[in-house]
Amino acid sequence: MEHLFLGCGIALLLLMALCLVRVVGGPTVLDRILGGNVIGTKTTVLLLIIGVLYDNVAMFVDIAIAYALLNFIATLGAAKYFLRRKNLPGK
Amino acid sequence: MLWIAGFLVVAGIFFFAVGVLGVLRFPDFYTRLHAAGKCDSLAAVLVIFGIALYNLVDFSPLNLLVSLKILAIAAFVFVASPTATHAVTEAALIIGVEPWTKKDNPQ
Amino acid sequence: MAKIATFLTMLAFWVLLSGMFDAFHFSLGVISCLLVTLFSHELLFYGDRKRSWVKGTLGVVLYFPWLFWQIVLANLQVAYIVLHPRMHDLIDPRLIRFKTFLKRPISKVTFAQSITLTPGTVTVNIHGDEFTVYALTRSAADSLPGEMERRVGRALEQTK
Repeated sequence: MEHLFLGCGIALLLLMALCLVRVVGGPTVLDRILGGNVIGTKTTVLLLIIGVLYDNVAMFVDIAIAYALLNFIATLGAAKYFLRRKNLPGK
Repeated sequence: MLWIAGFLVVAGIFFFAVGVLGVLRFPDFYTRLHAAGKCDSLAAVLVIFGIALYNLVDFSPLNLLVSLKILAIAAFVFVASPTATHAVTEAALIIGVEPWTKKDNPQ
Repeated sequence: MAKIATFLTMLAFWVLLSGMFDAFHFSLGVISCLLVTLFSHELLFYGDRKRSWVKGTLGVVLYFPWLFWQIVLANLQVAYIVLHPRMHDLIDPRLIRFKTFLKRPISKVTFAQSITLTPGTVTVNIHGDEFTVYALTRSAADSLPGEMERRVGRALEQTK
């Protein structure tokens, strides 16, 4: 079972690296925000998997909750911020 | 129980992979939202359920509390992910990102 | 009534997050829950109290398994489109508008979130009772509002 979780963690890391292609490549700012949001969701799950691997879920759950809240607020804040900008780069 | 947990986690990873492939392959921003908004929330909830079950295998009150906390994360993801998608979509519509349409579509 | 419900919800959430039951930490929780209840009791439970709580909770509990099954179906559909080698032939994105009969804000929000989570549709905006929805395929656009609106109405709008 430990090996399964280890494999899943590595797969999640690879998927996050693939998401970085979208974050770096754009083409619009909102695409980058979306890529960041997707990476953030994966990070929440990855924190839980790391907790299982280190046999210390009780501690990593709190970190995962905090990260999920931060990710949500960061996405909302970024969307609202770019709502006010007129000439968007790469639009 | 162990096998159900393992199956849930693997299914979640599969949907994560589909979501990432969709974000990379779809032609424009709005269609990417579909892949990101749906696959991500379901995949996260599946993996979180799996980990909560795995945590309950050796049962104790502390583990039960931790599992409830993990389920609280699932509930939060379930509410927050569509809201974030909605906010980003509205921002894109107001800024005026061009939607992709079919070439033979008269609209 | 709303104050007591808010206080109990907050206290349950505190116990869930802290996990410590000694007198010091628990009294801290009670004090902060009392403060939150005092300042913002009208945020969580508000509006008319015509419907019974039991009925509302039962409706939501009955609605969620159906919603979860719909979400799984939606994800399988999106997975099929994403993994299809010629997916540009399958998708046909369009923006549609329709009016809803739902009245309470909570049911409108539930309906919008459900639309975002299920087959090929994302809610863009709600103006009064007009929904703006971005659909991925023609069949997804045709299926709205349909069955989901009826189910949300049954779960959350039983007074009418």
